[in-house]
Amino acid sequence: MTATLHRCWVYGDDVNTDVIFPGKYTYTITDPAELAAHALEDLDPAFAEQVRPGDVIVAGRNWGCGSSREQAVGALKAAGVPVIIAASFSRIYFRNCINQGLLPVALPTLRDLVRAGDTIQIDRAAGQIVAAGRTFAIPPLSPSVQAILDAGGLIPMLRARFAGERAP
Amino acid sequence: MAGRTFAEKALARAAGLPDARAGDILDVTPDLVFSHDNSAAIRRIFAQTGAPGVRFPDRVAITLDHAVPAPTTRHAENHAAIREWVRAQGIAHFFEVGRGICHQVIGEEGLALPGETILGADSHTTHFGWLGAFGAGVGRSEMAALWATGELWLRVPEAMRITLSGVPAPGVTAKDISLRILGDLRADGGLYRSVEFAGDTLGALSLDARATLPNMMAEFGAKNAYLPPDRAVLDYVDARARRPYTPLYPDDDAEYAVEVALDVAALEPQIALPGSPANVVPLSEVAGQPVQQAFLGTCTNGRLEDLRAAADVLRGRRVRVRLIVIPASAAVFEAAATDGTLAALVAAGAAIGTPGCGPCMGNHLGIPAPDEATISSANRNFRGRMGTPDAPIYLANPWVVAASAAAGQIADPREFLP
Ligand code: SF4
Repeated sequence: MTATLHRCWVYGDDVNTDVIFPGKYTYTITDPAELAAHALEDLDPAFAEQVRPGDVIVAGRNWGCGSSREQAVGALKAAGVPVIIAASFSRIYFRNCINQGLLPVALPTLRDLVRAGDTIQIDRAAGQIVAAGRTFAIPPLSPSVQAILDAGGLIPMLRARFAGERAP
Repeated sequence: MAGRTFAEKALARAAGLPDARAGDILDVTPDLVFSHDNSAAIRRIFAQTGAPGVRFPDRVAITLDHAVPAPTTRHAENHAAIREWVRAQGIAHFFEVGRGICHQVIGEEGLALPGETILGADSHTTHFGWLGAFGAGVGRSEMAALWATGELWLRVPEAMRITLSGVPAPGVTAKDISLRILGDLRADGGLYRSVEFAGDTLGALSLDARATLPNMMAEFGAKNAYLPPDRAVLDYVDARARRPYTPLYPDDDAEYAVEVALDVAALEPQIALPGSPANVVPLSEVAGQPVQQAFLGTCTNGRLEDLRAAADVLRGRRVRVRLIVIPASAAVFEAAATDGTLAALVAAGAAIGTPGCGPCMGNHLGIPAPDEATISSANRNFRGRMGTPDAPIYLANPWVVAASAAAGQIADPREFLP
């Protein structure tokens, strides 16, 4: 049994990276705890105060549009969010999730079925999400992309690879 | 069997595979990767990988363009760190302060060629579609990984074909075509897609004008954009190319997720209202709106043809509001100095800046005051883009920017032409 329980934060369509992590902090904040303190600051100030590790985001279309800033993923990761479920993702945000080791799940309908504070069940090994009494398949990623996630992200994967190359 | 789109062919080639289909995820080895003033930050991420050094320094380009010459000590330190890195790693293609904007310079230097895959740590890397290359933007961690390994995973995008017909009227340009597409199909109309242009309009556009189309497609959510390279493009490339290349063209029976057609013959100049490049109206709806500054430049519209358009409007006139002109590259600057274009602009009252991005993203060289409106030839007008959230930005073609500078308000250039 590998399923885990997760509390949901639910948001709408076209949420852009400026409200996920304000641009005014992009060159001044790098510490994870500080990143987390500003997560979703201009969308939902309650989030940073009340988020608990393991909570997940459930959102509508085009989550993460706008600037390509990676901190818009890093701030949620630092807050302990392991999975983001959205009807669709902006292209660069999706890539930034994979590359920072945070699972993006594109499910067109889930947002309409859950409410903020609901608990859903995620079984990553079985590739399933159980929510509102229904079971959803997590769309599989290609093996090479899954390998990046499993390594914890692109940079940790490379670090392991180069450490291996240096080993005798 | 259905044919292949440009994107399917280009990414199969970059992955060393005989074939690829939309949706496939491939490990590609790009022909060139590039970054700019963000290279010092990428270097810090690179250090975390433990890589012994840049894998293919001959495939890496770095330009200093976003804040040049350095406006503050911090910017200067950033540039110094980049120069030091270029020396230490033997990075083959480094372009100093004043050489110009990455997208423009890399084309001029023959470093992006038809059929190639170009990845840049800049969202407007879609630009290279004008050369028939696959150009896509990536994040900073991804550029660090590209430096370290020379390769990166990419998903082959579904394609959208946009067929353009007719020849634009005088004073109407590729910028107006781009803005109309954004206005009609909205800012996520091209999300995840390879936007592949076709149609008889393309051959009627100058090379300078063609670059504007794929550049603007970054505002459309596109992964890349593509124009089929014709003889004119191949001649341009052959005069510069530093390595052999093979152009790629989509098959006649390629499968497109979406097909769109636009007749551009009847188009009038278009304006993007402040806030979004997709917030587009015909010029006639906003003509007369006062502006306090006009800005001509950027990777979208800072080429010789753009400067000449402004000179045509302004010859024998004086600007009523300040006009900032920044050539996209040193080559553009030199050509405009040689043919009398710059003299005409200066005589009309323009202020000329060092080739680079200038005030496009609010670093320096023309930041508006709060409540001052700018009409700009750039590609983005998000709130705060030019440095202060209260300064509205209108986007337009270079003819309109010049006419508006002369009038002190948004003006139709066709009234200024002989
Ligand atoms: S001119 Fe503007 S849009 Fe183009 S690369 Fe520079 S900052 Fe980006």
